[in-house]
Amino acid sequence: MKHPHVIAVFNYFLALALAPLLTGVVNRVKARFAGRSGPPLFQAYYDIAKLLRKGAVYGAQTSWIFRASAPVILASGMIALLTVPFGGASAPLAFGGDIIVLAYMLGLMRFFTIVAALDTGSSFEGMGASREAFFSALAEPALLLGVAALAVKTGWMSLSSMLPAASPVSFELILVVAAFIIVYLAENARIPIDDPATHLELTMIHEVMILDHSGPDFGCIEFASSLKLWILGAIIVDIAVPYRSGWWFVDCAEGVAGMLVLAAAVGTVESAMARLRLLRVPQLLVAAGALSTIAFLLVVR
Amino acid sequence: MFLASGAASVACAVAGKDRLGSLIGAWGAVGASAMGCIPALEALCGRAIAPLMRSWRILMGSFCIKLDTLSAFFLLAILVITAFTAIYGLGYDKGKDVKKTVSRGAIWFWFNLLGASMAMVCVAANALLFLLAWETMALASFFLVAHEHEKADTRRAAWIYMIATYLGAACLLPMFLLLGSKAGTLDFGLFGSGISPSLANACFALALIGFGTKAGVMPFHVWLPDAHPAAPTHVSALMSGVMIKTGIYGLLRCMTFFGPPHLWWGVTLLAIGAVSGVLGVLFALAQHDLKRLLAYHSVENIGIIVMGLGIGFIGLYAKAPVTAALGFSGALLHVVNHALFKSLLFMGAGAVYRKTRTREMDLLGGVMKKMPVTGATFLIGAIAISGLPPLNGFVSEFLLYAGSFFGIIRQSPSVSLPLALAVAALALIGGLAAACFAKAFGIVFLGSPRSSSHEAEGEVGPLMLGPMIACAGLCCLIGLTGPLAAGKTAAVVFTLFGMTPPLEFASASAILYKVCGTLWALTAMIAVFYFLRERLLAGRSIRRAPTWDCGYTAGTGRMQYTGSSFAQPIIDLFSKVLKTEKVGQFPARYFPLEAGFASETPDAGNERIYRPIFTYVNSFLARFGVLQRGRIQIYVLYLVIALLVLLFWRLR
Repeated sequence: MKHPHVIAVFNYFLALALAPLLTGVVNRVKARFAGRSGPPLFQAYYDIAKLLRKGAVYGAQTSWIFRASAPVILASGMIALLTVPFGGASAPLAFGGDIIVLAYMLGLMRFFTIVAALDTGSSFEGMGASREAFFSALAEPALLLGVAALAVKTGWMSLSSMLPAASPVSFELILVVAAFIIVYLAENARIPIDDPATHLELTMIHEVMILDHSGPDFGCIEFASSLKLWILGAIIVDIAVPYRSGWWFVDCAEGVAGMLVLAAAVGTVESAMARLRLLRVPQLLVAAGALSTIAFLLVVR
Repeated sequence: MFLASGAASVACAVAGKDRLGSLIGAWGAVGASAMGCIPALEALCGRAIAPLMRSWRILMGSFCIKLDTLSAFFLLAILVITAFTAIYGLGYDKGKDVKKTVSRGAIWFWFNLLGASMAMVCVAANALLFLLAWETMALASFFLVAHEHEKADTRRAAWIYMIATYLGAACLLPMFLLLGSKAGTLDFGLFGSGISPSLANACFALALIGFGTKAGVMPFHVWLPDAHPAAPTHVSALMSGVMIKTGIYGLLRCMTFFGPPHLWWGVTLLAIGAVSGVLGVLFALAQHDLKRLLAYHSVENIGIIVMGLGIGFIGLYAKAPVTAALGFSGALLHVVNHALFKSLLFMGAGAVYRKTRTREMDLLGGVMKKMPVTGATFLIGAIAISGLPPLNGFVSEFLLYAGSFFGIIRQSPSVSLPLALAVAALALIGGLAAACFAKAFGIVFLGSPRSSSHEAEGEVGPLMLGPMIACAGLCCLIGLTGPLAAGKTAAVVFTLFGMTPPLEFASASAILYKVCGTLWALTAMIAVFYFLRERLLAGRSIRRAPTWDCGYTAGTGRMQYTGSSFAQPIIDLFSKVLKTEKVGQFPARYFPLEAGFASETPDAGNERIYRPIFTYVNSFLARFGVLQRGRIQIYVLYLVIALLVLLFWRLR
């Protein structure tokens, strides 16, 4: 397994296999904080498997857009994952500017989630759609400027070359990681931006948009959501891991451990914090943009 | 070959003139466009076409039309869109509820004149000829905007357009004269000799205002959001799709005369582009009228194109040929892309208007079920204009991002900072544009109808659907053959600036092939998942049930989220810029009897820049009203005074 392409493909399938585990870890940590034993670690896998075995119910108002949304969402998530390096190894798809492909694939995913939500004609889902569109538009510059800062720092344009080269730890690196963590929480609809545990409340964003999906469609969307959790998480972990051994399996294990730590951290944040008021969320996202900008200014200085 | 193009232009005009009816006018335009496409394609394929030179009586220079690759590139876009919109217009005019206030022949005459003059603008190689074509274009489009002249709003829009376009031309005239006086001729071929840096700066400023007004960059865009909705749909599609691009063509053409670029040119272009892009999309989000929304999106997309030019000129300045090539070719590709998807979207909006009799988005809904083809093509346009993969908008925006990134990592701070601004602005614009088109498409086409009196009646006819399908097909084609298209635009750029393709450009094209492969993979994967899902569901129960409404069972179409509510959080965040006016009667007491809400976002440029200026100018000029007494004796006295002054001046 010395060949980089083989490692890249292995990592890709590893991500596909492990992505739903992250949700399990987050929920387990939250349950422990609340003094419960919590659902099994592999609950997300059981859910997806069960959903894939079910029939489907479609809203009476919906058009073919609604039916097309789940395949588009899953496909764009899986393509986006292709550009994500892991454990110090290159991604299956690495080229200059691959971050743009990643960001816009996530954009396509979001667009179809929103459009499918509007297709149901429910005002609840419209509300979630509106907020999702709003917050992600603000998160986008923070992500891309942060990557631009890393590009200047390392002199590479491709995520696979840029992220592992970003260490050692420096002030601007901390800023970028801080900005990315905010983007991570926002894009994945976690506390303090959105509360994934509240179904049917006016406060939520992502969960409300997929209320009307069912059966295999819902399974696809759930899997795509966990892929998104993996994708942005892997970027953060790849920047933040300070040491690499050079042995691919050690680095890979290190990456998986990093992901689990990140998931545990998300669970801790969710247990320790309340969700922000909706009006405060834009401020947080603009702050993320500001952090990225400062980081960029520091590196071009 | 040139004659063919010239003949095409003449044929355009003649076909409309005989007023036998719209049939001749429209198919004349189509035929002429098809004829004109042949030399344009040949020039694009690298075959040199001899310029047509005729000596000319008027002023300096000669009657010269010339088709180089840049001209051919714009010409092709113009001709294709002219042909599509002409066919569409034929269907659009057909409906029985179409008002016949102006003779069809007159509209088609101006339409064809507009098409011909746009083509002429692109091939003219003499400043005087260029300006003549430019003014003809302005005049023709003015009459088209004013076709529903019985409405006060339309008259106002047309006059604003007229004034704006003449103010723009007032900047172009001195610029050409400055260039001409240095070169000793008005022929483009000799322009640019002996131009000093300060003169070049002045010319750049004039060109930016003059061409920027036509292109509609902020803050010179005021005419655009009024004029586009006022014109008939096929005309708005033509104006928004290609006419405003002549401003980009003019700017790019003239900037080749100014010698080596200064850094501030690129930075100014980039800043203006970023401002137009962000504000354009924000104002678009705040609109309720579908065509007005699309008009503001033209401002946004022109902003993206101008940003591309900015990236290109910064690259030229910094001797970074890859950045320059990617920036320019991204901008040029976006010109074509925007021409395609914006005409497509305007045509879709017109089709919806025909069948629902309203452009008010908050009254529409569920149009998709009645108009599936219009809906599907509109969706393709919406995805493309939001810059999302796998369509053409993504390819051009990717080129701009890649150009910026190449510059950012290689260059000094003075260059990389503006380029980082481009990246941030593009990211913000991308997110907001996706939000805006999720709104436009989602509110109009999805869900259920919001008002029973504006339900769609059914699909429009094949004459209207054909061009929309063709545009949508081209959007997909350019998206999936991105590297080929980008290679063509890069070739245009290389010949324009006389660059040799840099070695690094090969690596940039390798990237493009990977992007293209990714887009194919995406398309294939979507198809695979779709069929897998269908296979999974085969034989299982598939039910239709009412949308989950949290237990409330009396939901109606009116309770759906509206476009205004969809955009409200964004509008509120940017309320400092947008200044949306809200009028509402909010529900009071326990059993409110009535409540209402309306919001309107007037144009900031109009309200806060031009209105104060023109009010001031008006009041200043009003002081001279004293001179005008309306009595002939006084005017005779003025004459005598003037003669005496002249006499003394002569005797002095």
